[in-house]
Amino acid sequence: MALFSKKSSLPAHPPAGATGEGDFLVTKLEEMVGWARKNSLWPFPFATACCGIEFMSVAAAHYDIARFGSEVVRFSPRQADLLIVAGTVTDKMAPVLRKIYDQMPEPKWVISMGVCASSGGFYRAYHVTQGIDEIIPVDVYVPGCPPTPEELIFAILELQKKIASGEMSRDSRSARFAAERLE
Amino acid sequence: MTVETAVLSPAAEKLAERIESSPVAGRARVADLDLPTIEVGPKEWVELARFLRDDPGCQYDLFLDLCGVDNLRRRGPAPASRFEAVIHLHSLSRNEHARVRVVLPDHPSETPSLPSVESIWPAADWFEREAYDLYGFDFPGHPNLHRILCHDAFVGHALRKDYAPGQRWFYAEEDLRVPEWAKETDERAGHFETQTISIGPSHPATHGIIHLIARLDGEKIVRAETIIGYLHRCFEKMAEKHHWNQVIPYTDRLNYVSAMNNGVGYVRTVEKMLGIEVPDRGRLVRTILSEFSRIMDHCVCIGANLVDIGALTNFVYLYQNRENIYDLIEACCGARLTVSYVRVGGLAIDVPDDFVPRSRRLLETIPEFLDDVEKLVNNNRIVRNRLSGTGIVSREQAIAWGLTGPMLRASGVAYDVRRARPYDFYDKFDWDIPIARDGDNFSRYLVRMEEMRQSLKIIRQALDVFPAKGPVNSDDWHVVLPPKDAVYHDMESLIYHFKLVMEGIRVPAGERYEWVEGGNGELGYYAVSDGRGGPYRLKVRPPCFPAMAAFEKMVVGGTISDAVATLGTLNVIAGELDR
Repeated sequence: MALFSKKSSLPAHPPAGATGEGDFLVTKLEEMVGWARKNSLWPFPFATACCGIEFMSVAAAHYDIARFGSEVVRFSPRQADLLIVAGTVTDKMAPVLRKIYDQMPEPKWVISMGVCASSGGFYRAYHVTQGIDEIIPVDVYVPGCPPTPEELIFAILELQKKIASGEMSRDSRSARFAAERLE
Repeated sequence: MTVETAVLSPAAEKLAERIESSPVAGRARVADLDLPTIEVGPKEWVELARFLRDDPGCQYDLFLDLCGVDNLRRRGPAPASRFEAVIHLHSLSRNEHARVRVVLPDHPSETPSLPSVESIWPAADWFEREAYDLYGFDFPGHPNLHRILCHDAFVGHALRKDYAPGQRWFYAEEDLRVPEWAKETDERAGHFETQTISIGPSHPATHGIIHLIARLDGEKIVRAETIIGYLHRCFEKMAEKHHWNQVIPYTDRLNYVSAMNNGVGYVRTVEKMLGIEVPDRGRLVRTILSEFSRIMDHCVCIGANLVDIGALTNFVYLYQNRENIYDLIEACCGARLTVSYVRVGGLAIDVPDDFVPRSRRLLETIPEFLDDVEKLVNNNRIVRNRLSGTGIVSREQAIAWGLTGPMLRASGVAYDVRRARPYDFYDKFDWDIPIARDGDNFSRYLVRMEEMRQSLKIIRQALDVFPAKGPVNSDDWHVVLPPKDAVYHDMESLIYHFKLVMEGIRVPAGERYEWVEGGNGELGYYAVSDGRGGPYRLKVRPPCFPAMAAFEKMVVGGTISDAVATLGTLNVIAGELDR
C-alpha cells in the first residue's frame, strides 16, 4: 500500500488471515495525514499571464488534473492549500501575492509555474519581480515559457511526494507574524 | 529625421490641401511617409485635432494611438527636439489612416507638455496617461493624469532613453493610489449609505489581473475606476534592447491567447520597412494559422465569459477546439501557446507534410463544437437574461471610445482592417464581416460566434490554393538566415549567418505603422528605426486598451453581476493591455 514508506518497520499489509470486519491497519499518524493531504490538494490559481492559459488546459477536459486529486480550484485563498503562481509577477502585483499567501491557512505549498514566476524569465526589466522567491517560499519550480501541461502535472506529482514525506517549507516571515499574533 | 519624397501621394496631397484651409494653415506641415503625416507644435495641436475630427474632408473620428518618442540616442541627422508625441488616427467614412507628430520644444527646466485632446476624442484619455507615465509628458486639461502602467511608488519615466532598463523601485501595498472619490463617504442616496468596494486584482471574474474600484448604491454601480498595470512587463523597453528578430518571442506574450497574430503584425511592419516580399506559401501559412488563432481567441473569450455567468459546460466544449488547434500548431513549430513561428522574411521552419490534411480535419471538428455551444446558449433563458441588454455601447460611443474589432462591430460599425486596409490575401478571399446592431453583451457573443465561422471559410479557401511545394521564406540573405546546410558548407552563407546573429537585421532608418486584425481589434505596430540592428522605438497599439478604458463608463448604472458579464465580453488580455 502506498500508505507505508519503505523505511517504515511496520507491516505493509494487514496481518495474514485478516478477514475484514473489526480488523485494523497500523501506520504512523504523519504518514496517514501526508497521504490524505497529497491526494486532496485544493489549488488557488494565481494566474496572471500566459501560464494561466496553460493552467486552464491542465484543468480542462484533455489533461484533467482531477486524476491527481487537485481539481477543486478555489478562488479564495482561505479555502486553498496549494498556491500555483502561473505567470509573471510584477512589482505592482507582488504585495498582492504576498497577501494572498499570508491569507492561506497552514499547511500550504507553492508551485512556481513558468520561468517568469521562477526567475523573472526574459523580462529583466524595471517593473518585473525577478522570481517570486523574493517574496514567498516556493516548493516546486516548473521551467518553461509556458510549461506544457505535462510539466505542471509532473510538478504536482513531485509536490505530492514532498507532502507525503511530511517535509515543510518554512517561511521565517510568516512564522514570525503568527508568533506576534499569538502574543 | 525622415526622408521626405518630393512628390506627395494623392492622400497626402489631399490632406495638405485641407490643412491649408484650416485654422492652423501655415503652422502645420504635411509629409508623405508610409502614412500622410502632419507635423505641428503643441500650441496648434488642439485646433488641429478639432479640425481633423470635424472637417468633412478629414473626419478622423477613430483615435487609434498616442505614444511618445525620445530622440536622445537617435543616430542620423539631428532631430528637431528631444521629445515628440506621435498620434495615429483613422477615418471610418474615408477609410484613411493618418499620423500627427507633435514636436515638443526643448526647455531644460520645463517638462515636455502638450494639451490634452481627451475632450475631442475620449479615447485619448488612457493613452495620454500612458505617455505621462512612461515619458513624463504633461497634458494640461486632462481630468485624471496619474500613472497608469507603472506602480505608484515608481520614480522617473521608464521609456526615456536615459532610464536604465533594470532599475526597479520598491512598492508596498499602502502605496496604491486610491481615487479621491473612493475615500469619501457619500450619503446622498437616501437612507442607504453608498459603499465602495474593490474587485480584483486577483479575482476569478477579472481574467488575469484587473482591479476595479466601484461605488455601489445598493447593488447598482454609481461610479467606477479601473486600475491596470499589474502585468506591465516592459515590452517596449525590452524591444529597444533586442534585435529585430529577438523581439518576436516578446510579441507572442502580448495577446498570448492568439500569439500568432501578434507575430504576423510585427514582422509585417519590419518587412514593409525593409521592402521585402514573402513568398505566397509563407503568407498563406501565416493567414491560415492567424485565422486558427482568432478562433482560439474567441473560444477562450466566449468560454470564460460563459463560465463567469454560470454556464460551465460550454467552456469544456470550446476549450477542446483549442487543444485540437494546439496539436496543429505544435506540429508546425513545436510550441503550443507562445509560438514564435514567424521570422522577418518568412517563417522559422516549413510546415509539416501533413499540414493541409491536418487543417482540413480541424475544419470538420470545430463547427461541431460551435453547434453544441449554440444549442446550449442561444435560447438559454439565463444566458439571454444576463447578456441581452447589458453592457450596451452605442455606435457613437464605440467610435468615440476608440473601440475596434468585435466590440465595434457589435455596435453596428462594419470596420475590420482585413477588409478596410487589406493585407496578405484577405482581399482575394470571399468572406463577410459580421455585425450586430444592439451593442450589448449578447451582440458581442453573436459577432464572435459568426466570426469563427467566417475564419473557417477563409481557411478553407486558403487551403484550396495552398501550394504543395515552394519556399516559405524570402531568399534575401541579408534578412533571412541561409539554410543550415549552406551555412556549414559555404563561406558566404556562413558570413551572412554570423552577421545576422551577431548584429541583427539592418533596417533602414525611418518609421512605419502597420496593422493586423488581432483577436480583439486593430493591432497596430509603430516602429522607428535609426539603422541599427534593433528597433529604436516600438509601440504597440493594443486593441483591448481602449476597451478597458471604456469599461468604467460602461458599467455605471448596471449591477455588479452585469459588470462581470460585460468584462467577459470585452476580451481583455492583460499581457496586451499592460504590455
